[in-house]
Amino acid sequence: MLNRRTLLATLTAGSLLATSGFALAQDKMYIPLISKGFQHQFWQAVKAGADKAAAEFGVEVTFEGPDTEAQVDKQMDMLAAALAKKPAAIGFAALDSQAATPLLKQAQEAGIPIIAFDSGVDSDIPATTVTTDNLAAAALAADKMAELIGGAGKVALVVHDQTSRTGIDRRDGFVNEVKAKYPNIEIVDIQYGAGDQLQSTEITKAILTAHPDIKGIFGANEGSAIGVLNAIKETGTKGVVVIGYDSGKLQKDAIRSGEMAGAITQNPVGIGYETVKAAIAAVKGEKLPAKIDSGFKWYDKTNIDDPEIAAVLYD
Amino acid sequence: MTATPIATAKPRLLASGAQQKLLAFASLIVLLLFFSLASPNFLQTANILAILQATSVNGVLAIAATLVIITGGIDLSVGTLMTFTAVIAGVVLTFWGLAMPVGILAAIAAGAACGFISGSLIARMKIPPFIATLGMMLILKGLSLVISGTKPIYFNDTPSFPQLSTGSLIGALVPALPVPNGVMILFILALIISWVLNRTTLGRYCFALGSNEEAVRLSGVNADGWKVAIYALAGGICGIAGLLIASRLNSAQPALGQGYELDAIAAVVIGGTSLAGGRGSILGTIIGALIMSVLLNGLRILSVAQEWQTVVTGVIIIAAVYADMLRRRRAG
Repeated sequence: MLNRRTLLATLTAGSLLATSGFALAQDKMYIPLISKGFQHQFWQAVKAGADKAAAEFGVEVTFEGPDTEAQVDKQMDMLAAALAKKPAAIGFAALDSQAATPLLKQAQEAGIPIIAFDSGVDSDIPATTVTTDNLAAAALAADKMAELIGGAGKVALVVHDQTSRTGIDRRDGFVNEVKAKYPNIEIVDIQYGAGDQLQSTEITKAILTAHPDIKGIFGANEGSAIGVLNAIKETGTKGVVVIGYDSGKLQKDAIRSGEMAGAITQNPVGIGYETVKAAIAAVKGEKLPAKIDSGFKWYDKTNIDDPEIAAVLYD
Repeated sequence: MTATPIATAKPRLLASGAQQKLLAFASLIVLLLFFSLASPNFLQTANILAILQATSVNGVLAIAATLVIITGGIDLSVGTLMTFTAVIAGVVLTFWGLAMPVGILAAIAAGAACGFISGSLIARMKIPPFIATLGMMLILKGLSLVISGTKPIYFNDTPSFPQLSTGSLIGALVPALPVPNGVMILFILALIISWVLNRTTLGRYCFALGSNEEAVRLSGVNADGWKVAIYALAGGICGIAGLLIASRLNSAQPALGQGYELDAIAAVVIGGTSLAGGRGSILGTIIGALIMSVLLNGLRILSVAQEWQTVVTGVIIIAAVYADMLRRRRAG
C-alpha cells in the first residue's frame, strides 16, 4: 500500500505541475520553437523574444533545446514530440539539417509550416528563415568606422573564415559599403583567423607591422575581435579604431574601457519575436520573404548599459 | 561450502526481481494512463512510435550498463563508447567505403575491444570501476573527436544505413505495425541478454560476482576472466547502440555521448537493479528506460516548461528507488 501511495503522490504532484502549464492554452494557436540550446544566455534571449510575441499576438509558445549543441538525437526527440502535439507551425533551428530532414518532411506532409531561425535549416522545406542580415550589419560597422576615422585612411579586416555564410556576408557587407560610400578609405588587408583568438592576434600583429599608419580594424566575430584587441595591447599600438561583433565579457569590458570603439550585436530577442510572428503569418497563408532580418544594433561606451542594448548582450 | 551463497542467491533474486518488475511495470502503466487522459495527442500511433524510437538507444545502453552494475561495478564510458563505435562505423563505411556488414562488425568489435580494456583495467590492474571507466569515457570522447576531425561523418555513400534503425521490416510485412527496426533490435537484444543472464554460466557468474566476489574467487573460479568477459560483452552492446544512433541521425556525431551514461544508469536503477550489485533484470531495465522516455515525451506533450521536465525526472528517479527500498525493507 505504501508503495502505491508514494507512487500516487508523485504522480499527483506531477499532474498538478503539468496542468498548470497547459490548461490555459487549449484553443490558442500553438507554436513550439525547437532551438539549438536552452541554458545559454543567447537562447534565453531568443526565448524571451518568443514569449513577448506570444503575449502580444495571443498564441501559445513553448521553447525547448538540448543541453549541448552536440545532442542531435535529443533535438530529434523534441521535434517528434512537438509534431505529435499537432501544432499550427514550428520554429526550428537545426543542429544537423540532414538528420532532421525525415521529421521535417513529416511536418510538410501534415501541412505544418516550418519557420527556420538563427542558423536556419539547410533545406527548402522552411517557409522562411529568421536570421541576422549580416551584410547590412557589417555595412553599419563600415559606416561607424568611417565616422570614427574621419572618412579617410587605411583599414583592415580580421574575419573568422571565408567559407561560412556569416564570414562571407560580414566581409562583403563591410567591403561593399566602403567601396560604395567612402572613396578615401583604403582596405589594405583582409585576413582569416578561424575565429581563434590566438591566430587572430598573430594575424593582427602582422597587419600592424606591415601598415604602421593603419587607422582602423574590424574583427568580424567575437574571437576575431578579441584577437585584434590582444595584438593592439601586446604591441602597445595607440590610436587604432577597433570595431567588433557580438558580445562576450572581454568585448564588453574593452568597450567600457575605450580599447574598443564599439561593436555590432545581433538581436536574439528579435530572432525569437520575428520567428513567432512569421509562424503566425505562415499559418494564415500570408506570403513570406525567403529571409526575415531579425535586426542588429550598434553599441559603444555611451549606450552599452541602455536596457534595450543590455538585453541583447551576453557575457 | 563456498558455492552455497551462489546457489541460494539465485531463487531469492528472481522472487524479489519479479516484485520490482511488477512495481516498475505498474508505474509505467499509470504514467501511460495519466498522459493519455491528460492529452488526446499522447496516445497516437506516431507518438508511441516516437517514444519507442527515443527509447531504443538509451535502452540498448542501459542493457550494457545493467550487466556491469549487476557485477557490482559501474561503467561511465557507455555514452562516449557508443559515440566512438559510431565514428568507427563512419570511418569504415564513409572514409574507406567498405560494405555495410563490415561497418557493423567493426563497430561492435571496437565496442567489445574497449570493454575488454575497461574490464582488464578493473579486474587485472585493480583500478576501481568508477575511475577506470571515467578515464575510458574521456579517452573515447577525445579519440572520437580526433578520428572524425571534430566534424560529423555522414553516411550518404551507404544509402541503406539509415534503414538499420529507422526502416521497418515489420512495417513492410504488416503495414499497420510500422515499428522501427531500432526498436525491434532493442527488444531482440533484451531477450538475448535476458537469456544469457538467467540461463548461461556467464550470467550466473555475473550475479555471483555482484553478490559475493570473494566467494566466487575462493571457489576456484577465474573471477577476473569472467569480469573482463562481462565488460567486453557490455562494450559490444554499446557498439550496437552506436550503430543505432548513427543510423538514426545518418551521421556519426563525434561530440555527442557524454551524459548519456547517466540516462542509462537511471533507467537501470528505476528498473530495480541494485547499484550494490548482485540483483537486477533486463526486463526491469527496459521498463525503466520506457518510463524515462514516456515521462519526458508526456511532459513535452503537456507543454511543461523544460526546466520543470528536468525536475520531475529527478523526482521520479528518487521516488522509484525509494519505493524499491521500502519494499525490500519490509521483505527483509
